[in-house]
Amino acid sequence: MEGLTLSEAEQRYYCDLFSYCDTESTKKVASNGRVLELFRAAQLPADVVMQIMELCGATRLGYFGRSQFYIALKLVAVAQSGLPLRVESLNTVKDLPLPRFVVSKNEQESRHTASYASDADNPASYSGVIPPPPGRVQAKKGSVSHDAVQQRTSTDQESTSPVVSPQQSPPTSPHTWRKHNRHPSGGNNERPLAGPGPFWAPFSEAQPGSSAAGDPIWSGHSPPPHQENWVSFADTPPTSTLLAMHPASVQDQTTVRTVASATTANEIRRQSSSYDDPWKITDEQRQYYVNQFKTIQPDLNGFIPGSAAKEFFTKSKLPILELSHIWELSDFDKDGALTLDEFCAAFHLVVARKNGYDLPEKLPESLMPKLIDLEDSAEVGDQAGEVGYSSSPAEAPPSKSPSMPSLNQTWPELNQSSEDTAIVHPVPIRMTPSKIHMQEMELKRTGSDHTNPTSPLLVKPADLSEENKISSSVKFVPGNTVDGYSSSDSYTSDPEQIGSTVTRQRSHSGTSPDNTAPPPPPPRPHPSHSRSSSLDMNRSFTVTPGQQQAGVVAYPPAVPPRPQPSQGTGPHVHRPVDAEGLIAHTSTSPQQIPEQPNFADFSQFEAFAASGVNEEEEDEIETHPDVLQAEKPSDSASSLRAAKTEGRVEDKAATSVPNNTGKGTTPLAPPPKPIRRRLKSEDELRPEVEEHTQKTGVIAAVLASQPSIPRSVGKDKKAIQASIRRNKETNTVLARLNSELQQQLKDVLEERISLEVQLEQLRPFSHL
Amino acid sequence: MERIALLSPVCSPHLQNYPLYIRSVPTENELKFHYTVHTSLDVVDEKISAMGKALVDQRELYLGLLYPTEDYKVYGYVTNSKVKFVMVVDSSNTALRDNEIRSMFRKLHNSYTDIMCNPFYNPGDCIHSRAFDNMVTSMMMQVC
Repeated sequence: MEGLTLSEAEQRYYCDLFSYCDTESTKKVASNGRVLELFRAAQLPADVVMQIMELCGATRLGYFGRSQFYIALKLVAVAQSGLPLRVESLNTVKDLPLPRFVVSKNEQESRHTASYASDADNPASYSGVIPPPPGRVQAKKGSVSHDAVQQRTSTDQESTSPVVSPQQSPPTSPHTWRKHNRHPSGGNNERPLAGPGPFWAPFSEAQPGSSAAGDPIWSGHSPPPHQENWVSFADTPPTSTLLAMHPASVQDQTTVRTVASATTANEIRRQSSSYDDPWKITDEQRQYYVNQFKTIQPDLNGFIPGSAAKEFFTKSKLPILELSHIWELSDFDKDGALTLDEFCAAFHLVVARKNGYDLPEKLPESLMPKLIDLEDSAEVGDQAGEVGYSSSPAEAPPSKSPSMPSLNQTWPELNQSSEDTAIVHPVPIRMTPSKIHMQEMELKRTGSDHTNPTSPLLVKPADLSEENKISSSVKFVPGNTVDGYSSSDSYTSDPEQIGSTVTRQRSHSGTSPDNTAPPPPPPRPHPSHSRSSSLDMNRSFTVTPGQQQAGVVAYPPAVPPRPQPSQGTGPHVHRPVDAEGLIAHTSTSPQQIPEQPNFADFSQFEAFAASGVNEEEEDEIETHPDVLQAEKPSDSASSLRAAKTEGRVEDKAATSVPNNTGKGTTPLAPPPKPIRRRLKSEDELRPEVEEHTQKTGVIAAVLASQPSIPRSVGKDKKAIQASIRRNKETNTVLARLNSELQQQLKDVLEERISLEVQLEQLRPFSHL
Repeated sequence: MERIALLSPVCSPHLQNYPLYIRSVPTENELKFHYTVHTSLDVVDEKISAMGKALVDQRELYLGLLYPTEDYKVYGYVTNSKVKFVMVVDSSNTALRDNEIRSMFRKLHNSYTDIMCNPFYNPGDCIHSRAFDNMVTSMMMQVC
């Protein structure tokens, strides 16, 4: 490009403008959108603008580099002066006034133009501009509301106003931008101007002689206008605070205006430097948003449900269509609820819209919710996300499953209170892929509990049926179990753990009655684990009578041998140790059932939960429901199966983990043991679960101990705890089994789908 | 040429299906597409009812090719809430494979659920979401 010589004022001015347009802080390229706004504000005819762009080379390059930008600005000035646009004119025209960019509304606009020449206009104009908040145009002019404004100059302020663009906080741009149409919403006007006032000062200094004296009023002070708006919008008047600020700033303004002091300039620079893009939320704004958030949702880490947000934003009197668009922009994770960040973004957009700014097509970067959780703890984040998700089941409609994949990354945001607040209940919410679940399980055993039940669901629609069964079984919870597990619902701290255990238990309890003559609810008087979210499952379960554990254990095993005799082989083939564990459980349960079927189950689960066998947890959870379903079969069969699985488990366990614990330590009913041993040989035939050996060992141990649990319970706390541990292991195994079952289910479903597709392909022709 | 239509039955006893969203590229012959989409609803309903014996959960959402004509093919997709997506594709566009259609429906479904999450959207309203429009446009551009 041709060499461009700029005067110092011009240089500074252009530099400021460039910084303003440099939304991405690249220092090299001005964002096209911003530049276009600038040109629009220059009030030049479109063809002139096109010509300018062409001349400066931006169209050639496709972007506005610094030199192009400067040239363009110079050309704007040329055009505004009425001179023909020529490349030569760049350097030949002397004493060219600085380009004027005005975005004013109505009279202010005209006044603004007029006031360009006058310094006095600056403060006024800018104050006038800012008011826009909805419809206070009049107020601007009259701006009676703000003393400061009045002091200023009732005239000027209004008149020159147009410029300030509240939303834009151009670093030090002397131009006041006003995005057209403001005023609709009637903010407090003047006040906001006061803010930008100081900004103007420096600019006027910077360009002493320039007509842009008034320009400097930059409403970099976006907060004030917004605040004004907020006030009107939310019906809460923080104006008082704003007002307080404004007078000061206004005075600064006058001071600056009158005196070319650098003080205000510094202040302005300081303030303006914090605004790098119009969409940035200032601290005051942020604080205001946070306060508003608190009024709806006291927990800053919580969500605001869609309905509450809808009511709140409807108060802004924006059209529903725009609110809908704002929602789409700000609900980053598309969960139907707003986190604090999302809420701030939405609020900011509403304020911007009320101030007359067009809504962006995409969410500006500065408004994007921070995915801090993502980096901090990817897995935990996922967990949290999931947990959070489950925490707000209302907001996470199950129908979201289709879009699940896309949301995985955004989940970390949902990490509100994470596991702690996770709602522990088998809600089929969208869950991250089971693989992630597995990871999470490992990370946090507890976390996955409630998620586990859902993960399989996500995997396949068919899973839902399983889940439904689980849910149904859960509801089924007999009275006694409810005592212990009802608390799980309200868990907060160890939600997952407890929840999972509870769900599992519930399911067990639910199904156990079905399977084995509905045993009377075991008297589970565990005051210890009632409701306290922080209650350790282990502890709670230790308290529970061993019977429960036994019962619990009994059920899971049932899954593999589901149709016990018939399916025994099938499931067994596929089943990992988990199944065996399950089976073992069932074996024990049948025996235990008469005594306390449910308790036994639960205790086992709790043991698992406590043992932290994460990987298996989800499997176990899944398997539990399966087991429960499988429980239906006769007790004897199940007991056999259980024994088998147990045997297997034990078998596996023997390989890696001393099985003995299970067998030896179990003073359980002799019958299971012999059965186990008998089946052990079978297990040996199925070395499927090498990986689970440890687990199986544990499970075996648990299973083995299960029968004994009921007996020892109440007598030996240690034994209970041990059994709990075993149960946990069993749980893990079961979880694994569950996952395998899920996989099988998926395969079968795929086959089904393919068959259906074929059928459908044939069908159209049949219709014709 | 392609046309995408979103139809949804009103949750009312009379079960009328009215379009929530219709978009076609190119835009000529729109009426013809409207007609095609409406007639394909019958086929969709038929498919739904045929599979209805099994649990709804197990029903495949993607209905596949509803029926081919000499000019175009019609694909259907129905959600669990009985919202139907109908896509009419030009027959000359043989490059479109089944799994591509499936993925398009999946994207549509995802976007639809995103719209549903918006509390300002009343189910049953016509869809005016810009995000949805952008998604549909990009999808159609991809194909055409």
